[in-house]
Amino acid sequence: MDLWVGVFVALGVAALLGLAMKVGNLTSSQIGPTYSVTASFENVGSLKPRAPVKSAGVVVGRVDSIVFDSKKYEALVTINIDKRYAFPKDTFANIYTAGLLGEQYVGLEAGGEDDALKNGDKISQTQDAIVLEKMISQFLFSKASEPKSDGKEADAANKPADAKSTGVKKTELGDAPF
Amino acid sequence: MIKSKLLNSLTRTLGGIGYRMTERIWRLGAGARLFFLTIFYSGESFKRFHLTLREIYFTGVMSLLIIVVSAFFVGMVLALQGYNTLQKYGSSEAIGVLVALSLVRELGPVVTALLFAGRAGTAITAEIGLMKTTEQLSAMEMMAVNPIARVIAPRFWAGVISMPILATLFSMVGILGGYIVAVPLIGVDDGAFWSQMQANVDFRLDIVNGLIKSLVFGVACTMIALFEGFDAPPTAEGVSRATTRTVVISSLTVLALDFVLTSFMLVI
Repeated sequence: MDLWVGVFVALGVAALLGLAMKVGNLTSSQIGPTYSVTASFENVGSLKPRAPVKSAGVVVGRVDSIVFDSKKYEALVTINIDKRYAFPKDTFANIYTAGLLGEQYVGLEAGGEDDALKNGDKISQTQDAIVLEKMISQFLFSKASEPKSDGKEADAANKPADAKSTGVKKTELGDAPF
Repeated sequence: MIKSKLLNSLTRTLGGIGYRMTERIWRLGAGARLFFLTIFYSGESFKRFHLTLREIYFTGVMSLLIIVVSAFFVGMVLALQGYNTLQKYGSSEAIGVLVALSLVRELGPVVTALLFAGRAGTAITAEIGLMKTTEQLSAMEMMAVNPIARVIAPRFWAGVISMPILATLFSMVGILGGYIVAVPLIGVDDGAFWSQMQANVDFRLDIVNGLIKSLVFGVACTMIALFEGFDAPPTAEGVSRATTRTVVISSLTVLALDFVLTSFMLVI
């Protein structure tokens, strides 16, 4: 009888281990010692704490916290990056969406500088999350303004001015597959 | 004449409701008292731990078969139903997440507790009720053996220890059942099944919370079964009614507690 109870308890422990290792993220979520850097975004979309930070598709860290900066009206995102990975100072931080409607994550694109990011540094070059409603409204606006333009010349003249006014975001939109 | 009859029946109905309410509240109080007494005398019963081991054998090990078989089928049905809906949205790889999360968070603890109440809870109630009917409990008291330390506490701890183990096994076997339907039968990609699951199931938020749930259900189910047995009228009818009540009250308590616990755990 004691033997069977022992088997029973061992089965329970084995099942828990199985759940932790095979089903849960106990093994994969443990990244080694980290250093934290901050980045401010105008819009983080639905980014959440603990969201992955990826570079070249590989998880290199996790989002630690997201707070609202009431002075600049921006979102201040703190991310923890694994100590094994060093990134240059002019690294570019983007907020991407996994799949069409999936969860959002921070993507890091390494720059070219020699100095590496240190604990407490701030990433200055960031790009906001793409908000679907904004994209649709911008698309509708551009559609509505099209018939007014007289010909190709006016259209061509419009475009650079447009791109200038909205900065980097416009190029991102131009690539969108509409 | 007619008026007084009406009044009479009305007072009787109201009186009946009041009597039942008072009885319920009395039972709640008596149950709580038994719970504290059980905790109080646990130390005494741990000195003879083989009693608890014996009860783990009867409540836990003997429940293994029903738990494992039903977990297997629950997992398979979850995979089938989930696939049917998910493929409409072109995300059939998420089947692993669906099966794992629904089992670990909800179905594992809850279905295990319901099955446990039916399989082990009734046995506990009937056994203790019959011990009371045949005056074994009084005989123990006569011999200066505390029936709470000798009979109640080992069964209580056996239930509390068995339930999380059974619930974990339920989740694991259910996921295996879901895997068997999803991957070899339907043809979902094997790697996507596990990797999506690992990416979305959190150890602390999902697995540990499921364990906490099953622990709470274990305390509730075992305590209800023990109290109903301890409180059963010493007749054949009384024992049968107590056994029925064990199943009904345990099931309702488990479902209500599940809602309360989930609402605590999902606070963002």
